[in-house]
Amino acid sequence: MKDMTTDSKITLDAAVQFLWMEADILDRNDFDAWLPLWHGGHYIIPIGDDVTDFANNLNIAYDDADMRKARAARLSGGFSISAAPPARTVRTVSRFVITEEAPGAITIRSALHVVEDKFGRQRMFAANVEHKLIATENGIRITQKVVRLLNSDGMLTSISYLF
Amino acid sequence: MTLDHFPQGPQDASYAPLVKGDRVATPMYEDPAIFDVEMEKIFGKTWVWVGHESEVPDKGNFKLSVVGTQPVIISRDRKGALHVLVNRCRHRAATVCEIKKGKTSSFQCPYHGWGYALDGSLRGVPYTEGYNTDFDKKDYGLKKLKVETYQGMIFASFNMDVEPLEDFLGNAKLWIDLFMKQGGGFPVKTLGEHQFKVPMNWKIQLENTTDAYHFPVVHKSFMQSLDGEATQQFSFLEDDDGWVEDLGNGHSVMVMMPELNDLDDNLDAPIPERFEALAETLRADYDEAQVRRIVRAVGGCGFNLNLFPNAACSLSFFRILRPVSVQETEIRHIALGMDGGPEAANQMRMRLHEHFQGPMGFGSPDDAEVWERVQRGSAGAGDLDVMVNRGVGLEDTSPNGLPKGDISAETGMRAAYRKWQEMMA
Repeated sequence: MKDMTTDSKITLDAAVQFLWMEADILDRNDFDAWLPLWHGGHYIIPIGDDVTDFANNLNIAYDDADMRKARAARLSGGFSISAAPPARTVRTVSRFVITEEAPGAITIRSALHVVEDKFGRQRMFAANVEHKLIATENGIRITQKVVRLLNSDGMLTSISYLF
Repeated sequence: MTLDHFPQGPQDASYAPLVKGDRVATPMYEDPAIFDVEMEKIFGKTWVWVGHESEVPDKGNFKLSVVGTQPVIISRDRKGALHVLVNRCRHRAATVCEIKKGKTSSFQCPYHGWGYALDGSLRGVPYTEGYNTDFDKKDYGLKKLKVETYQGMIFASFNMDVEPLEDFLGNAKLWIDLFMKQGGGFPVKTLGEHQFKVPMNWKIQLENTTDAYHFPVVHKSFMQSLDGEATQQFSFLEDDDGWVEDLGNGHSVMVMMPELNDLDDNLDAPIPERFEALAETLRADYDEAQVRRIVRAVGGCGFNLNLFPNAACSLSFFRILRPVSVQETEIRHIALGMDGGPEAANQMRMRLHEHFQGPMGFGSPDDAEVWERVQRGSAGAGDLDVMVNRGVGLEDTSPNGLPKGDISAETGMRAAYRKWQEMMA
């Protein structure tokens, strides 16, 4: 990602490569690699399909930088029975749609499927995910990620990893 | 074999002996026949928590809920009266509503178009000429449950002869009154909910609400995510001022932080550092007395009130369980806030709720994990009992004259199981 400046165009190809890299990092639970992908902003899993005012609604997750760090520490610290070991996951990210573009910034919507395995049983989640990405001198960074789970306002199961 | 001699099944059996005071028999987590009888003799007979009035605030509001395994609709009719109706058309049984929450003037069955008013009465039947003259719509309203409320909480019962709700709640009322003080001078209102399903028997969740013993073990990673001041607050197992009290009728209270029992007390105490920024924001709009009251309310209460069989007022939220099958239970963690209260205060309430609760909270997934482990372990050595004997022989009498154990005693579980035993006899 050398030669990137804050107003470099982020191509669809570059954005997709970034999202696939993030997906791979999350399947490996490599939070030390995931946290630096961020540049401020919130990691949000809202409840309901139409919510946009996340701060004034109850979310499944609404993490600023400090909460992301605390969550990563919890999931990797070995003191959380649900994450020691966590469910194993395999995910695919696809059906990319650019919804906003500006110099040095792109908003991209994608489809996410995650299959988890624990205790010999498998569960599946599907979500529409929106990433707001910016160009920095260190490469592409995330300024907001919204994971809209199907059935977010219905019955879920406990989740010991990140989407 | 004539129908007169048809086997009556397990309904004839008494399951009371499965509760043995300080222990319970493993089939209580495992046997589908027991589950069926529980749905009939407990969830079909007593008061069951179905919702909060703020979920159906206006005329025409409705919300779907369940009583045991039976789908119901909570509705508020055009005169403002609450109804709890079985969500089943009286014609051929289709559900008449599948929208989780909303506003309507009627419920219409999608199959043949039968239309029902908000109070459940049958209003419209297409092509009525196909029925004989003795067909009377009055005979075909949606099945209604008995409904009563206490402090905004809506309870329903299939048993029309059930005792008055206030008698059923009994000694728990005092604690409900205290719990509702976290409106901070505003009415308490639901702010949304987390919902997750766990492969476990419903009684494993019922036990957990009154289990302080697990907290430092299961919630170690939550504790590690707190600042020093809050860590102190959650170290109740090391303090010696908490207790568990058997309130009768299966209800119990587990007092973790007695200094937070009555939120109107000690309002002059220094504002904890983690609430200082909120207090400063509130000072723009409220006088100092109100600021202190609101800030104190934001932090929530210091106790878990367990209401048999399916509800809890837990620190700062409602914890509701729904039995699905003998090995499957749905949990709802309903966030609460101040109706008409300051936005900053409600935001902080929601952030605190998100921190611990729900499918991805820092606490609930670890609870779900150990509950599932209880169910998985119960498959082994079914001849062994599940022990709830912690604190037996060490209990004394509370100032209210009720049995009381120390904070980690299993007094509340024994209280719930005694009620279970009485109802399952």
